[in-house]
Parts: sequence; C-alpha cells; structure tokens
Amino acid sequence: MAPKVQVQTTINNEPVQFLCEPRQSLLECLRDVVGLTGTKEGCGDGNCGSCTIKLGDRIVTSCLVLGVEAEGETITTIEGLAHGNTLHPLQKAFLEHAALQCGICTPGFLIAADALLQKHPHPTEDQTRFWLSNNLCRCTGYDKIIRAVQAAAVEIHGAPQ
Amino acid sequence: MKAFDYTAPATLPEAVGLLVSQPSARLLAGGTDLIVQLRSGRKEADLVIDIKKIPELNALDFDPIAGLTIGAAVPCYRLTAHLVIQSHFPALAEVASWIGGTQIQGRASIGGNLCNAAPSADSIPLLIALGATALIAGPGGRRTVAIEDFCTAPGRNQLASGELLVSIQIPTPAPHSGAAYLRFIPRNEMDIAVVGAGVAVTIADGVFTAARIALSAVAPTPLFVPAAGAALVGQPVAPAALEAAAQIAQSAAAPISDMRGTAAYRKHLCAVMTRRALEIAVTRAQEN
Repeated sequence: MAPKVQVQTTINNEPVQFLCEPRQSLLECLRDVVGLTGTKEGCGDGNCGSCTIKLGDRIVTSCLVLGVEAEGETITTIEGLAHGNTLHPLQKAFLEHAALQCGICTPGFLIAADALLQKHPHPTEDQTRFWLSNNLCRCTGYDKIIRAVQAAAVEIHGAPQ
Repeated sequence: MKAFDYTAPATLPEAVGLLVSQPSARLLAGGTDLIVQLRSGRKEADLVIDIKKIPELNALDFDPIAGLTIGAAVPCYRLTAHLVIQSHFPALAEVASWIGGTQIQGRASIGGNLCNAAPSADSIPLLIALGATALIAGPGGRRTVAIEDFCTAPGRNQLASGELLVSIQIPTPAPHSGAAYLRFIPRNEMDIAVVGAGVAVTIADGVFTAARIALSAVAPTPLFVPAAGAALVGQPVAPAALEAAAQIAQSAAAPISDMRGTAAYRKHLCAVMTRRALEIAVTRAQEN
C-alpha cells in the first residue's frame, strides 16, 4: 500500500482535508473518507454520470478523478445544492415532475443540470439532451427529467424573452 | 485498483527524469482512459505522473505564423470554448465537443486521445487532415512526428521509453481552406465511431489546390489516405470530384467486423462520410 497523502480542498464552501491513497478515486474519497454519500457510484468508468460533481468550474465524473488530484480544488457535491432546508429549484422541479424513480442517477443529473443552467439560462431541448448525454437514467425515459430542467430554468431565470 | 505512487512535477525535465528512472510509470492528463485502464487491470503502474502542473503542457496558443499549439494536457472543453479555434478551426471545436460527454470533456485531452491511439479516436483523422505534428520530449531532446505516423498499432504509439507528448502543432490554414470531421454513430452523442472521416481542403478560383483525407475505425490505426486528397488537387469543385475522392478513401479502408458494424457496412460508410465531410469542408473554404 502506498503511503497516504493529505489533500486539502474546499467542499460545498467548507475547507475539508482528507487522507487518501493515490489509487483512490475522488468518488471513493468523498463517500468513504469524507462521508458525503450523496454522490453515487454507477458504472465506475465514466459512462453513466451518477458520480458527477463540480470540480472547479467544470462538471466531472468523480470516478475518473484521483482523490490526490483534488488538492487545492473547489468541489460542489449534491449536498451543497440546497440552501439549508430550502431545496434548489432543480430539486423542487425534479420532485414536482416526478423526474426520478429509483434515485441513483438523480444527484448526478442535478449537478449536471445546475451547470447547464449556469451556462445556458434557457437551454433548448436539444441543448439539454446533448449536455446531459453523459448521465444515464434507466427508470424515467428522460422526458420527465428534460421537462423538470426546463421548468427549473423558468423558475430560476424567468420566462425566456 | 492496484496501489501506485503519485507525483505531479512542475517542469518538463522533471517529468522526463521520472519517466527515465521509472520506465513502468504512466502519464496522467485527464485520466478518462488511464484510470479506467488501471482499474480494469488492462494497464499497470507503480508510479502515476500527473502532467497537468507543467505549464507548457497546458498551453493553448494561436499565432498566425506559428499556428495553433495545443498542450498535451489541455482538456477538450477549452478547445470548444476558444474563440480563435471556433473561428479558425471550427472542425476542431466540434470534435472536442463530441469526445465523450460534458463531464468527460471537462477532463479528457486531445493529447490523451492521440496517445491512447485507438483506431476509432475522433480527433486523430482531423489532426491528420489539418497537417498537424506531435512535439515529443525525451532524454535525447525534442523531436517532431507527423500525426499520421504517430500511432503504430491499436493502443500503441511512437513514444519511446522516457518520452512524452508535449504538444500538438497545427499550421495556420491557407486562405480559402476548410476542414470537417464527421463520424457515423447510431446515437446522437456519447458513442464510439463506426467510421469517421476527417478532411481539409484549400480552393482557389473554383479548383482544389490542396486536400488531405483520413479515416478512423477502418484500420488498426487512424488511416491517412494521401491518394484521396491527391485526386482532388487540380479538379474543379464539383460533386464528381468529391465522389471520386470518397471512392478512393473507401478502397483504402481495411475495416474489421465487430459489434459496431460489419466490414462491408464500414466500407460503405467510408465513402458516405468522406463525401459529406468534403461537402462541409468545401462550404467552409468558400466562406473563408
């Protein structure tokens, strides 16, 4: 076993230090070391998007990032999306539109959709589907997810001009 | 995943020194291929060298004379978002937005796509068509290799022990030039090419003056077809010329049959994708 490395990060606006082995993914570190289990593991090879987090200003699949690569980075996980007890508009929209069934893919979709709405305040359906193509859902058939994201866009940014 | 050590050198000489002293080390840029390969056991490493802290490998610079320099660790999203790339190399901005999905593009580099040397790599046919070269550093100094000579077999490349890719250099296109890459996939996104075609053309007074054509997923390595481009040179811009070049590209292809498509289907697609990519490149050349 390689010696553990200390990693200093900011997670959901809090300074967080953790110890990890170089071979541990950031996903493992978040779940098993830091104890933030909202981020889910699906495929473990970057295809399904369940483990999506925000790293710096980009969304990434945390299964394909080493924990040691997070040194000095700013991270947002699903636990950082709501404001206290107030759900994020995307979270509310997912509930209202029943955009989830088993829920494993939901944290990844929410983090990815949040990044989409920051880049495109009123994404078209095509833009939304293309942006979210790295997130797989085996329950809903996607339509409800797309509608929830579009409803949240209106909630956050108002009706498109 | 088997245990390994991790280091992130700040300079190129340090990285070369580490590679020389530990030949079993693996280089880490975006990690979207390497981490999957280490986890599955397809590759092993005692030491992982993260190259993202080396400034030269993060450079993304355009100079009208020197051309475009893409550092080996530059992630795809930086190419897609780059205004000069959007205006001078629109095909490159497109291909960077097609490799994986949004999350993958946040990490994966074009340099990694090249070094991974997959026969189906999306960026390589376009780089070949654009006349790009690979700048390599190693214990013996630096050398340059044409992209069409970089891949040597599936997953294998020109890099010798102790060497690493520093950057990809793309010359500034001549006036009235256009390029395009098209791939056939059964989905709209997030898929591996059944066949891909990268093309670049230059036109003067309605006649092709230069053309380069390369294909992906139809041979053990991305396939440069010089004869297909040569057939266009001197020809007037007309559908017959595009079709003739597409037929030459198709004849050069030697695909296999696998879960993505039969060899016969891939052969057919070679001509179709080459012709369609040429049509886009011609339109772009006429607008430049």
